[in-house]
Amino acid sequence: MAITARGLRKSYGDHVVLDGIDLDIAEGTIFSLLGPNGAGKTTAVKILTTLIKADGGQLTVGGHDLAREPDAVRAMIGVTGQFSAVETLLNGEENLLLMADLWHLERRHGRRRAAELLERLDLVEAAKKPVITYSGGMRRRLDLAMTLVGSPRVIFLDEPTTGLDPRSRRGMWQLIRDLVADGVTIFLTTQYLEEADHLADRIAVLDHGRLVAEGTAEELKRRVPGGSIALRFADVAAMDAAARVLGQVTRHDDDLSLHVPSDGAVATLRSVLNQLDSASVAVENLSLHTPDLDDVFLALTGNMERKASA
Amino acid sequence: MSTRSYAVTDSITMLRRDLKKILRYPTSVIFIVGFPLLFLLLFVYVFGGALGTSVANLGNGSTSYVDYIVPGLVVMTAATGSLGTSSSVNVDMTEGIIARFRTMAIFRPSILIARVVSSMMQTLTSMALIFGVALLMGFRPTAGIGEWIMAIGLLALATFALTWLGVAFGVAAKTLDAASNAPFPLIILPFVGSGIVPTESMPNGVRQFAEYQPFTPIIETLRGLLMGTPIGHNAVIAIAWCVGLSIVGFLWARKNFNRDRTQ
Ligand SMILES: Nc1ncnc2c1ncn2[C@@H]1O[C@H](COP(=O)(O)OP(=O)(O)OP(=O)(O)O)[C@@H](O)[C@H]1O
Ligand SMILES: [Mg+2]
Repeated sequence: MAITARGLRKSYGDHVVLDGIDLDIAEGTIFSLLGPNGAGKTTAVKILTTLIKADGGQLTVGGHDLAREPDAVRAMIGVTGQFSAVETLLNGEENLLLMADLWHLERRHGRRRAAELLERLDLVEAAKKPVITYSGGMRRRLDLAMTLVGSPRVIFLDEPTTGLDPRSRRGMWQLIRDLVADGVTIFLTTQYLEEADHLADRIAVLDHGRLVAEGTAEELKRRVPGGSIALRFADVAAMDAAARVLGQVTRHDDDLSLHVPSDGAVATLRSVLNQLDSASVAVENLSLHTPDLDDVFLALTGNMERKASA
Repeated sequence: MSTRSYAVTDSITMLRRDLKKILRYPTSVIFIVGFPLLFLLLFVYVFGGALGTSVANLGNGSTSYVDYIVPGLVVMTAATGSLGTSSSVNVDMTEGIIARFRTMAIFRPSILIARVVSSMMQTLTSMALIFGVALLMGFRPTAGIGEWIMAIGLLALATFALTWLGVAFGVAAKTLDAASNAPFPLIILPFVGSGIVPTESMPNGVRQFAEYQPFTPIIETLRGLLMGTPIGHNAVIAIAWCVGLSIVGFLWARKNFNRDRTQ
């Protein structure tokens, strides 16, 4: 296991932020921690990266106990925090060389690594410009490059793609996949559920200090209702007939369709069609909606304002 | 695993980082030198005519006001340097770069060691500049080589103390505003001491404060070394203050350094 936690707890004064979290993150996998604003994602990252101390719990990173061997942990990890931690008065290349020196890389090796990462993160042209002139997205990429200089085995990324344009985001995703292909473990927090869906091997949802769900994206989606079968009809008469036969439906009169709740199983679909067949109701068109992670997130964290504004 | 074996390497890396930033953006040097320099010009050329004749009786025959005021303004440079240190340390703490360093397997004290060394280099260079301008303005110290060495030693010690205080302010402050306001009284202290006019000329109360605050013995010792005025107990008191302030600054900085100041 690359990261383990047993009963991780942290409070700020009376405010309990993490209330007994357990984690088991396997080597070479991507783990994604989701949760609404203020749920404690950054706090968890700060604790696991030795920046702040937990109030309780047994924690290991890379097989080393966080409390007893923090320096051994630091020697294996890389961190890109939620807010860029770059040296704004130096240029991009100097930032990377500074990291190379602090990772105690041999000089020539450090230079090679810096050049390689500038290339990989599309910063070659900006390499000699002071970071203060960089855009937000460029800083984000430089921040990640700095994290990668020492080839850490466990990488923490706290909302790494927030503020990136779609192209840079895809680039970042590819980079994360490449890292994992080399056996690196990634601990990722994100606001983009699509991102977790694309990347993560396992996802956990944090709410009110606890993990309210954990599993693969598919497992989580299965846990929430929200899937439906949409049936479209030729006229109102057919729609009314179908609604009488099926009972529990949502009517959408504007486009003459009915939405039937469904768990996505074939048997459910067949039974719906059979019922309509035996009542001789003709369906013009049919489509299936499976729940996405947004549904999961909203259902689990009970955060309805988001749905309203979405 | 111990990071102690990296103590020297990491301190040099950090020092190189600090110096690179100072040389590339010398704005803080301009502030550190500019403030005392402004007062030097103001007091010598504007108020000097009025103050000079009444103040500048140094007891060694010199009647030039510039000879009186230079020691106070050079010591003030240690205070403006302290303010510069406080601000830049605070920026490092809150902008997250120190947080990044703290997640790395480096010799952690190297961050502050390098900061103190680079700040001292910056402040001592600024003092040399003030001396240079003062010489052009007619400052004529009577010190021999031995006195100069002692004077430089004293200034280095005072700078060391005020730099640690600056680091402590910078680490303790939650915002940059707080970090740059907290050391401000240090800049005013030479005025309410023997920096501009002798304490004997001050009203009671102010005078007592002036005589017991740390800058007065430091300024009096420096003036004695440079101009040959009597030093008396001032040297011992000055050294005691510097050592005391260094210890306070160091302990206070160490206490807060491991706190997380990022968002
Ligand atoms: N230093 C601190 N002192 C007091 N409270 C804090 C501190 N740091 C964080 N908190 C509180 O802890 C809670 C969790 O914060 P955290 O930054 O971990 O949330 P998050 O899940 O990362 O949120 P976001 O999605 O907005 O980044 C918040 O309520 C925050 O106000
Ligand atoms: Mg956060």
